[in-house]
Amino acid sequence: MADDAYKPHASRDDAADFRYHRNAFVVMMALFLVAPTIFYPVFVMKALCFALFACAFNLLLGFGGLLSFGHAMFLGMAGYVSAHAAKVWGFPPEIAILAGTAAATLLGVLAGLLAIRRQGIYFAMITLALAQMIFFLCLQAPFTHGEDGIQAVPRGLLLGMFDLMNPYVMYYFVLAIFTAGFLLIYRIVHSPFGQVLKAIRENEPRAISLGYRTEQYKLAAFVLSAGIAGLAGATKAIVFQLASLTDVHWTMSGEVVLMTLLGGMGTIFGPVVGAFTIITMESYLAELGSWFTITQGAIFVVCVLAFRRGIMGELEAWLKRRRIG
Amino acid sequence: MTFKRKLVSAAILALAAGAANAQISGNEVKIGVLNDQSGTYADLAGPGSTLAAKMAVEDSKAILKGMKVEVISADHQNKPDVGSAIARKWYDSEGVDVIVDVPTSSVALAVNQITKEKGKAFLVSGAASSDLTGKACSPNTIHWTYDTWELANGTGSAIVKTGGKSWFFLTADYAFGHALERDTSAVVVKEGGKVVGAVRHPFPTSDFSSFLLQAQASKAQIIGLANAGADTTNAIKQAAEFGIVKGGQNIAGMLVFLTDVHALGLATAQGLIFTTSWYWDMNDPSRAWAKRFAAANGGKYPTMIQAGVYSSVLHYLKAVTAIKSDDGTKVIAEMKKLPTDDPLFGKGMVRADGRKVHNGYLVEVKKPSESKSPYDYYKIRTTIPADQAFRPMSEGGCSLVK
Repeated sequence: MADDAYKPHASRDDAADFRYHRNAFVVMMALFLVAPTIFYPVFVMKALCFALFACAFNLLLGFGGLLSFGHAMFLGMAGYVSAHAAKVWGFPPEIAILAGTAAATLLGVLAGLLAIRRQGIYFAMITLALAQMIFFLCLQAPFTHGEDGIQAVPRGLLLGMFDLMNPYVMYYFVLAIFTAGFLLIYRIVHSPFGQVLKAIRENEPRAISLGYRTEQYKLAAFVLSAGIAGLAGATKAIVFQLASLTDVHWTMSGEVVLMTLLGGMGTIFGPVVGAFTIITMESYLAELGSWFTITQGAIFVVCVLAFRRGIMGELEAWLKRRRIG
Repeated sequence: MTFKRKLVSAAILALAAGAANAQISGNEVKIGVLNDQSGTYADLAGPGSTLAAKMAVEDSKAILKGMKVEVISADHQNKPDVGSAIARKWYDSEGVDVIVDVPTSSVALAVNQITKEKGKAFLVSGAASSDLTGKACSPNTIHWTYDTWELANGTGSAIVKTGGKSWFFLTADYAFGHALERDTSAVVVKEGGKVVGAVRHPFPTSDFSSFLLQAQASKAQIIGLANAGADTTNAIKQAAEFGIVKGGQNIAGMLVFLTDVHALGLATAQGLIFTTSWYWDMNDPSRAWAKRFAAANGGKYPTMIQAGVYSSVLHYLKAVTAIKSDDGTKVIAEMKKLPTDDPLFGKGMVRADGRKVHNGYLVEVKKPSESKSPYDYYKIRTTIPADQAFRPMSEGGCSLVK
């Protein structure tokens, strides 16, 4: 990517990239618009929430080069706050989701301030440690109801008019949230800020020598990623009408790494494809019982061994080869 | 667009309602067994529960008179969101009429909510939370086999009555553990025993040595384990290494299942005391059923949860054939009206709050020398009569009880 700037026809490449992204986005949206008539809406909603979560994670890992192993804390905490706000405080769904997102963003600021001081495995370990602390908090705090979780969260009326108990209304609401989050990430990645982020990923000392305060850029990326992950978690709590320990457990942090790697780290659409693949497996292979985890493991091994760029990464590389060749 | 869609969904709803009135929806009764098929609870519920449900259908042939009954199953992976997505899909698009089993309280509470919303039926066997017939009770749910109140109360009172007066608790440090400790100590004190101390361990814990040393030093007669799953089995294993039972103290478990004892082995688990709702070696019909079950289950004997699945499906089908409808709310109402009677749990009844009542049994794990055959693990110390085994309806706070 960094080499592109030195090519004489970089602008032509950029235009081709834009065309590809636009076309793929149109196809994706068309699929999502008709999806609930073919697939079970709750299933697609769940996949959309996880897709947004994986996109947020990808913003940090794929474009910032920061591997966080504690992203479950943002997903889970936002879920708890949004569920609590909707159930106990009686907030309407849109405000409850905003409350959850705000909580995750705040948590992102606190965790980010500590974590970005280190790199690589140390960064991953700090985020994991912080996430374990949040897990403990969620296990102990009275408002989360321990392992029972917050149950029977009302979906309520969106903007006081639309009844979210109707699965289609709920679906298009979730789709709107996903699209907003997705476009926001696209905008961030293709902004000057995103360029600096990529520069830091490629060569941090050089970025520093060019005068960028890399710590601030990394913190901003971390907080943005946390906030969008929180948006996904808060929405998920309203969809499923529950918030539970599953979403703050460390295995969730691992699952989002799997989704991103499988789909294609550092690509715009990869995390979406990865999340849909994993969630589909989780839902449709549930009948397989214990074979499910084995299948998931096998697919991961094959992916890492055979196509390390992930599904979308390989596809994009193939398209590019064809375009050039 | 949205108006059109509303119209369509309204039409679908009307059709669905029409079908429900036409007695048996989809011309067959569909039973969904939802549990952990691959994780920690796969042995005590899992595929064995599916088998138990199928056996119940087989044994109901005489009353079904050719009515079609299908049993399907899925793995909720102990995740409430996975479980609730499966439950919604089953009810909405696969014509499932009743969901059974569902261990893991958080998943069961989620399915409880969805079942109520959709007007279907939910027969809980695997989950422990007594909230299912308390704060969260529903006209569409019956809690069949056991609950936390039964186990804590049964173990507490029966042990004190048989001489275990002083207690020390090892408690998992989260809401569930605290509740178990609180409920059990209350009953111990009420029956005239005393609690000499308690220590809280993190959840989950693999090294219990410091906690066990405190328990040993307390000189309490009974060490109560207010925890579950791997924490319980780890604590029992390490207690055996410390020679706690050999030193004259007894360990009382709150949530212990036949499969846990089997995994621990008698040498480790001997002397452990706990409460169970059912044991395969109690009477002839239970033994006969257990042998049949084990033959089809790779030699593994049934737990009380699997027995509960069998018994609850049997009673469910009885109610369906009695009212010739599989409408969830109506069937559950009928199940509460009909007295229960089956080869495993004997005669019993379902209370207005959805609690199935039957005897409880305080059991002690045998010494290796006392065990004569495979799965011959328990000595029954006391029978807790049905009217004392479960929490009185007035104390549960269930809104269905007037």
